[in-house]
Amino acid sequence: MYSEKVMDHFMNPRNMGEIPDADGVGTVGNPACGDIMQLYIKVEGNVIKDVKFKTFGCGAAIATSSMVTELVKGKTLEEAEKISNKTVAEALDGLPPIKMHCSNLAADALHAAIEDYRKKRASKA
Amino acid sequence: MKRIYLDHNATTPVHPEVFEAMVPYLKDEWGNPSSIHWAAREPKKAIDSAREKVAALLGCEANEIVFTSCGSESNNFAIKGVADALRGKGNHIITTSVEHPSVLNTCKFMEREGWEVTFLPVDPYGMIDLDQLRDSITDKTILVSIMFANNETGTIFPVEEIGKITREKGVLFHCDAVQAVGKVPIDVKRLNIDLLSLSGHKLYAPKGVGALYVRRGVRITPLIHGGHQERNRRAGTENVAGIVALGKACEIAMRDMDEEVAHITRLRDKLEKGIMERIEHVKLNGHPTKRLPTTLNVSFMYIEGESILLNLDMKGVAASSGSACTSGSLEPSHVLMAMGVPPEIAHGSVRFSLGRDNTDEDIDYVLEILPPIVERLRSMSPLYAKVKG
Ligand SMILES: Cc1ncc(COP(=O)(O)O)c(C=O)c1O
Ligand code: FES
Repeated sequence: MYSEKVMDHFMNPRNMGEIPDADGVGTVGNPACGDIMQLYIKVEGNVIKDVKFKTFGCGAAIATSSMVTELVKGKTLEEAEKISNKTVAEALDGLPPIKMHCSNLAADALHAAIEDYRKKRASKA
Repeated sequence: MKRIYLDHNATTPVHPEVFEAMVPYLKDEWGNPSSIHWAAREPKKAIDSAREKVAALLGCEANEIVFTSCGSESNNFAIKGVADALRGKGNHIITTSVEHPSVLNTCKFMEREGWEVTFLPVDPYGMIDLDQLRDSITDKTILVSIMFANNETGTIFPVEEIGKITREKGVLFHCDAVQAVGKVPIDVKRLNIDLLSLSGHKLYAPKGVGALYVRRGVRITPLIHGGHQERNRRAGTENVAGIVALGKACEIAMRDMDEEVAHITRLRDKLEKGIMERIEHVKLNGHPTKRLPTTLNVSFMYIEGESILLNLDMKGVAASSGSACTSGSLEPSHVLMAMGVPPEIAHGSVRFSLGRDNTDEDIDYVLEILPPIVERLRSMSPLYAKVKG
């Protein structure tokens, strides 16, 4: 049912964990089936230096979480903001149609983390 | 790779003796049992003999058995067939909220057709309240359709009491016993069951054959109209090999049930105890004691079922889950929801269902590989992080 890439990211997730002193944290829940993803980013200048995730969800949710962390590491915030659920799904060689919504989780968590970072910076300034 | 099958409630392998019994009817005895000539003789005899074997297992007469194509057809036939035949008598059907979709969706269809349907709720163990059943029966009620045992949790309903109530109130009792036949002794006469569904592939016969017991005197309209097969109750040239297989499977069930149930119960209990001892935050779904010997449904809190199943599958272990993520509709199991299990706990449910071929080694292996899988997934879960603090 899943591509080899999905299974690889699911069984060997990259960047799993938390960043205690993260600059931005995005927590999103998946309304379709009740799953949760948390994404932590560490930003230096304008670049995402480190990223980690924690996910409560299906194989696709864990794999897309892992993939999105790989995609954004070292990217500028502007580049990262352009990453959509489609980008993530394509990077995993596709997802079964019923699982496409899981990739929203990852993209949404990323965008939420960036927004959180911007808000925190704005309040500091 | 190791292959350990713990999904017998989904389907069972064909028993070697069943396979042997059906082969002649695929090979040499291919005649149409309705024909007048030599080619019909052996297949016709084989069907009669299979019918007697099914009847013997259920404690009824052979002519009270109608062969069908599957459990779903038997359920559709029972509900639609009785409703149609008793259309003049009433317009109310009672069932439960935890039935298999082949009963539940048939009842929803009947609602759309203008019937009134009561879906009885269940308690946290998946049990119905018999007083509520009694109170739900009105003079418009024509049929009560309640399963023998639940396919997801294994919870066994108080069928004997249900039969007493329906008999006393003069309404028909249909029982979906697809999961119970061969695992629990069933005597339809003693239990006052009027119609009972069973399915071959849950009973070590192949897919594509089932049966409905219809008590003599119960009026029922055919679901499949056509020729005169099955005494005008189910048209279509008989699935001879499948019927022979179902007969053989019932014969074997009668012969081996006690021994197999003892073996399976022991292994299931070992699995249950082992999981509870080795893994924290596990919740049993279903009744602790009134439960099929084959079934263990547990929720591993803070993690999701599909991701557990994928990990088990990578290690050769087949099981199933009531998680929304595995359902296709993205809704958690309707059975667990009806029991009041919170969605996030239903998410982590895994059903292990055992069968005659399982061994102690199988269970030892699962108990060895499961704790690290749960541990790893929990380490990824934001919910577990909160619990651990
Ligand atoms: C309780 C119950 N009823 C009915 C069915 C349907 O049987 P079949 O697959 O033969 O249509 C099943 C099978 O999953 C079942 O578990
Ligand atoms: S997270 Fe529920 S289906 Fe993917």
